[in-house]
Amino acid sequence: MIEIAGVSLALGGSRILDNVSLTVPKGGVTALVGPNGAGKSSLLSLIARLRPLQSGRITVDGLPVDTTPSRQLAKIMAILRQDPGVASRLRVVELVGFGRFPHHRGRLTAKDHEIIAASLEQFDLSDLTPRFIDTLSGGQRQRALVAMTFCQGTDYILLDEPLNNLDMFHARNLMRTLRRIADEHGKTVLIVLHDINHAASYADRIVAMKDGAVVASGQTADVIRPDILESIFGFSMRVEHIDGRLTVLHHA
Amino acid sequence: MTDVVIQRVMRHEGRLVMMAAVAMLVGVAFMTIGLRGNLAFVIELRAARLAAMVLVGVAVAVSTVVFQTVCANRIITPSIMGLDALYVFCQTALVFALSGFGFAGIDPRLHFLGNFTVMTSLALALFLPMLRRRFDLTLMLLTGVVLGVLFRSLTTLLARLLDPNDFAVLQGAVFASFNTVEPDLLLLAGVITVAGVAIAWRARHILDVLSLGTDTAIGLGVAWRGTAAGLLVLVAALVSASTALVGPMAFLGLLVVSLAERIVGTNRHAILLPAAALTAIIVLVGGQTVLQHALGGEGSLGIVVEFVGGIVFLAILFAGGRR
Repeated sequence: MIEIAGVSLALGGSRILDNVSLTVPKGGVTALVGPNGAGKSSLLSLIARLRPLQSGRITVDGLPVDTTPSRQLAKIMAILRQDPGVASRLRVVELVGFGRFPHHRGRLTAKDHEIIAASLEQFDLSDLTPRFIDTLSGGQRQRALVAMTFCQGTDYILLDEPLNNLDMFHARNLMRTLRRIADEHGKTVLIVLHDINHAASYADRIVAMKDGAVVASGQTADVIRPDILESIFGFSMRVEHIDGRLTVLHHA
Repeated sequence: MTDVVIQRVMRHEGRLVMMAAVAMLVGVAFMTIGLRGNLAFVIELRAARLAAMVLVGVAVAVSTVVFQTVCANRIITPSIMGLDALYVFCQTALVFALSGFGFAGIDPRLHFLGNFTVMTSLALALFLPMLRRRFDLTLMLLTGVVLGVLFRSLTTLLARLLDPNDFAVLQGAVFASFNTVEPDLLLLAGVITVAGVAIAWRARHILDVLSLGTDTAIGLGVAWRGTAAGLLVLVAALVSASTALVGPMAFLGLLVVSLAERIVGTNRHAILLPAAALTAIIVLVGGQTVLQHALGGEGSLGIVVEFVGGIVFLAILFAGGRR
């Protein structure tokens, strides 16, 4: 369970998060949605202790993120930020292998190699393993980063806009994979999404943010409603059930 | 998949073995070419110089690799922290206060330890605030740059006030040279360097993770702030030891790290650290051998290294566009 209590964040005088309190239960896929500048990424960074906590309290599985040793947290929580530039000249297999670092701290075991191979397979990277990261397309690179995050094998997976640059096939593949690991392995996925329909069809719960505050949080069907969506995004859109799937018609 | 990795590793290690062989060869050449006169004396003198060059080479190479990784920048050297500017300023101030004659009379051990302490203190003053919250690496580096400028202007001011004889003594002290190395100091510098290099070697996997970027490194469980501060202090200790031993070698690090990177073709620190150290030994010992025997001069290796290093630096900047 991820518990956020009274978290505020100010950067350079402007307020990014305003007294956010939120509980993300263990297991299942929770999607964070909201317009640009709502504070979704900042909240994710705070949970993942990438940024020091200014006020409030965040715990993951009962461990406070600001005082628990980073290494211990790395075994239960993995984070993929939006576009983390990889400066180092690395091959795909090496990059993905870094996901195992919290477990082996330098020396890869046979089990690590097994997990790395499975992760490469999972994200359709087997053909790309010997390639250097800087020779890949944006989408391929994104897949390698997601594979690295999965390799970490943590109970909690935090993903910031992981569908960036992915084509429809790989975006669907990623969302289905997230769904599967949540269902079969009881993982907790917290994911920032911009495509509201991906959120509507794959997430168990949706947290909607706007202007640094949580405006709605609950089961997917309770949040994907025309009135709530309009209050967040500022325009009206239709919500339909098509073949039993919630679908937001926002193109009109 | 693993085959690819194993193949790569074999290739990297093959290159390392080759570099080690070249380094040995250069070392033997330095020790044996043109031996004459009192053999015992000459060999002892050369052995001390060789040891100094190996120490300085390793210290400069390792500190530059670590510094570049922590700063996530492949074209800076630890001299940006202003340590060598501080060193030059201290020597100038000493010559100014004691005159050239008094300066030459300082106990070398005291001189070494004094220089080492002053330089590491500056580094600690720069980096320790990092351990508190609100820290910014760029801001700290900028502070180093500004301090460096300050020390350089003070040096220029004092140097103008020196009389020409004292100035000549100063020039001898601030250009890196291996011609006069005190055996006592070798031991001191050796202990610091060996300890520093051992720590860097133990941290090689963490350095690999740091080179993925701050956020990714934290996500993978590296306590970034403490690790970065510790590594920067390590860099400062290595730079201070080598500078206090022979004088500033600003460009050597940049030169050898970029050469080593191109030779081994990897950023993995288990390979890059020894490769850079070996390259530094080859450049220093080879350069000194050529200087002594081919150019027949008692010139200063430091000047040669800075000249070549400057050209390589420009070449890297221009070639950098293609990646």
